[in-house]
Formats: sequence, C-alpha cells, structure tokens
Amino acid sequence: MSALSIGRRRKLKNAIWIAVCGLCAAGVAAVLLLIMGYIVREGIGAISIPFLTRLPRPTGIAGGGVANGIVGTAIIVGIGAVMAFPVGVLVGTYLAVYSHKRMAQSLSFVADVLAGVPSIAIGIFAYTLLVEPLRHFSAFSASFAFAVLMVPLVIRATEAAMALVPRELREAATALGAPESRVVLKILVVAARPGIVTGLLLSLARVTGETAPLLFTAFGSQYWELNPAQPMAELSLQIFSYAISPYADWHAQAWAGALILIVAVFLLSVLARLSILLGREGNSIGSAL
Amino acid sequence: MTPLQRPDTIELPLNPVPSRLAEQCPDMDMENTRTALSLARVAVRPPAPPVQTAAHPAPVAAAALPSKVEIRDVSFFYGKFQALRGITLPLCDRRVTAFIGPSGCGKSTLLRILNRIYELYPGQTATGEVLIDGQNILTPALDLDRLRAQVGMVFQKPTPFPMSIYDNVAFGIRLYERLPKAELDDRIESVLRRAALWDEVKDKLRQSGLSLSGGQQQRLCIARAIAIEPEILLLDEPASALDPLSTQRIEELIAELKADYCIALVTHNMQQAARSSDYTAFLYLGELIEFDETERIFTHPKERRTEDYITGRFG
Repeated sequence: MSALSIGRRRKLKNAIWIAVCGLCAAGVAAVLLLIMGYIVREGIGAISIPFLTRLPRPTGIAGGGVANGIVGTAIIVGIGAVMAFPVGVLVGTYLAVYSHKRMAQSLSFVADVLAGVPSIAIGIFAYTLLVEPLRHFSAFSASFAFAVLMVPLVIRATEAAMALVPRELREAATALGAPESRVVLKILVVAARPGIVTGLLLSLARVTGETAPLLFTAFGSQYWELNPAQPMAELSLQIFSYAISPYADWHAQAWAGALILIVAVFLLSVLARLSILLGREGNSIGSAL
Repeated sequence: MTPLQRPDTIELPLNPVPSRLAEQCPDMDMENTRTALSLARVAVRPPAPPVQTAAHPAPVAAAALPSKVEIRDVSFFYGKFQALRGITLPLCDRRVTAFIGPSGCGKSTLLRILNRIYELYPGQTATGEVLIDGQNILTPALDLDRLRAQVGMVFQKPTPFPMSIYDNVAFGIRLYERLPKAELDDRIESVLRRAALWDEVKDKLRQSGLSLSGGQQQRLCIARAIAIEPEILLLDEPASALDPLSTQRIEELIAELKADYCIALVTHNMQQAARSSDYTAFLYLGELIEFDETERIFTHPKERRTEDYITGRFG
C-alpha cells in the first residue's frame, strides 16, 4: 500500500517544487523583460543615425547625438581594461596556484573587500589620487576608477576558472619534470582560458554601466575629446545629465542612450557566453562560469 | 596489528633471519637476506597445504633480478594523519609490481612517493628511504626535475594537456632536448607507435588531445610519459576509467612496456593485477600485509587478510 502512496506523494512534491522554481525563474525573467521592454519603448524613437554620429547640441536646439559619449565610454573602459586585466589575471592565477599560502589567503580576502567597496567611494578615491593633485578632471582618472572596480572581478573569475582545472593536469605536467612556471603558463592558464576570457568580458559589461565614479573623474564633455588627460564625454554620464534636465527631448535622448548602453552590455554578455561555447568546441576544459 | 602477532604464524625452519627482525631493520642487507630466504624456501618449502609464514617482503625469485627501486621503512603523513607505516618493498627492473588493497589503504600514496609528486601539496611528508639505483630520492637536496625525468607517471583520469596531440607528446621532450623538427617528428611517431596509438592519430596530430576518446587519451598520456625516456613508470589505476576494450589495450601495452621499464601499477581490479603484474604488494590500512610473486599471492597467499581481500570477502 505504502509503495503507491509514497510514489504519489513524491510526484506531488516534485510538481510543487517545480512550480515554485518555475515561478521564481519567470519572475526574474519578467523583471529583465520589463526593464528592457520599457527602455526599448521609450528609447527607440530617439535612435537615429544622427543620434549615433553627432555631438550633443546646446539646450534648446533640436537634434544632436551622443557620438562622443559612445566613443568616450569605449576609451575609458578600454584603458581601464588594459590596466585591470593583467593585474587581475596575474593575481587570480597566483591565488589559484598558491591557494594554501597565507599571503594568498589574505590577498583573497582583500579582493573580496575591494569587490564590495561602493563604486562611488572608488570614484572619490580616484578623484583624490588623480584629479585633485592635477587640478583637472580627466578620462584617465575615470579609467583608473574602472580598473579598481574591475580588478577584484577579474581576480575572482580567474581564480574560479583556474580552480576548475583538474589538479591531475598540474600533477601530470609536474610529473614530467616541467618547471612550475611552465606548468602554470602553458598548461593551467591555457586550460582555464575560456573561463578567464568570460570573466574579462563580464567585468567589462559590469563597469560599462557604471556612472557614479565618473561624476568626479571623467566629468563629461560636450565636445569631441579623445585625449585621456582631458575631461571626456561618457554615455552613462550623458544619460544622467539628460535625465535630470527639464527638457522633454533630452529625456528622450536619455532613454535612447540607455538603450544603446543596455544593448552594448547585452552584446558583451552574449560574447562571454559564446566564448564559453567556443572554448568547449575547441575542447579546452570547459568553464561553467 | 602486525602479522607477526598472529598465533598461527609459523616460521620456516631454515629462515635465516627472523621475520620480525627483517621487518624492523630496513637497513639490513636486503640482497643477502633475499638470497638466503629464497634458498631456504626452495630447500624446505613444505608441500601443500601452504604453510602460513610471516609476511616477508622478499619475493622468491627476486634475487635473480636487479631491483631498481628499494622502498625502505617508508611512512607517509597527510598532515598528522599517518597513511603509510614502515613500508619496505623492492621494485624489480623490467617487471610489473602491482599495489592492491581496498580504497584508502595507501597504495596510490605509495606510488606518489616514488616521484615526490606529493610535494605539490603542503603538509604531506614522507619518511624513510626510497633508493633508485642506490640513491635515496627522499633527500631534500635531490634534483626533482631529474627525478621526474627518470620516473614517468600516468594517472587514473586521462590528463591530456589542452594542446594538440603532437604537442602533448612534444611537451615533455622539449623540456629536456632541443631537437630539429624532423628528429622531433620521428621521435613522436616512434613514441606513439610504442603506445599503440599511431595508426589512430597519424592523420590528426594537430588536433586537440582532448578530441580523443578516453582510452586513446590514456594511451596518449602513456606516450607522453615514455617520450622523455624514463626508467620507471608509475601507473595509478590507468584503466579504471576506461571501458573493457580500452582496458585490454592498456594491459597489452603494459605487457609490452615492461620489457624496458620498471613498472609500478596501482589497481583496484584484482584480475588486472593477476594478469598484468609479476609481483603484487597487498596493502591494508597503510601497512604492507604481503608482498610476493603475483602467482603466489593469488594462489597461495600466506596472510589471511590477503586471501580475504582477493577472494572478495572485504574491501
């Protein structure tokens, strides 16, 4: 008698929990879809070729675009990445390879704390370090703030990817008599590469939407400014200043800017996913990041 | 409990060295002991049923063969946990010695001492002596890279590196030699032939080593290990992750390779130990319970626990 009832009870429990999980998943997806849907609805109207290729225009003059902001974002994030990636990957590799060392454990803790520092505090830090002493705002100071934001993310991603490499691989290379440097660089890092690349792309996506640190670093600009030593336009800053303005056409442009930003971040995430898939197809040791 | 405390232990009458002494004195002249012992056994081996003698780590015919490796009173610690207790055991050149025993008995640990790979992990320490060609490899001053050039290892899980089949084999060679391309090609071909893999991979040497099947990957790992021309091969359950056909190929390979190498084989598979090895060491709870010729271990084990294990009564 009990066999049947146990089976039915299990089926019922199973159905309930699947329903709960499904609802939660649907809730998460719904939030994302609502945000994206709303931004697309509000922003798509202002998107046009001129919007993507022109400079902003002064208040009261119709038209104008965010071309300088798009380019500025790319420059600021790009320079930040150049600073953050080598440091993050090297530290992450160190943490993974020497995880037992006291130094590594303290470093790991430091990275965690750094990851938790609010981005606005990092902006103030960059301001104090690079803006105030030099007496003017600069894109480079914003890149520095982004780098500080990215480093702990890259460290974590690298460490996680390296931890997924089977320890036998390290043993096998060591058992051949390979020096540690070669084991780490030619075997472990290569095996973890898809996971590391994914982590890099996700860290890019993460800072691309950051606004707070830019307020006192890049500052924004109405002009074409490609010199990192100067204040520079940045998309999310532009969205911010347009959104708090009293003008309807600027509001529309803010929505359009947000749409561009969200598409860019979405593309980075897709690229990150693709890098995982390609990594698997290339038969490297896959990463589940 | 050591085997010697068992009341039913009977010493052979002409045994020149009391077994207890032999076990506790790893520094004694093993060569002489063994010769004397084997003579004693040949001379006075009692007829069946086999007499239970105290376990003595000296194979009957070992005196005729050079022993490549002498493990002497080796203990091993994972932190404070002692995983091996005073293991003394020879490994003969051009023979396969199998380490058997239930999970956690220390057989893989023993294998991992022989190339000091355990040193990758902090807190793992070995005491005692392991002599390879008379040199103690457990001395701290030893050149580890040279040791590992001399001792190859193959793991339970196939471990192809994330690179091409060709580069997998070339990786080890390039550590030690700078060969012209043509010569390297030749070496890689001959090594892959040796590992019975050439015909399957000759047209795709540039493909990733991870694209191969599990059995092929394992043969690739064996090829990689023998490419640097070691003298000793450590095989840590090399076929346990493979299907029966691949297992058979690995066993055939072991049989061929033993003509040139001193092979230590850890295996969970009793039939495999019986088929592939010349000597068998049975370990239990970190102790060497019995070591003898494989045939004797599997037909006339001297120790009750060995018999229980090989007949499947525990483990």
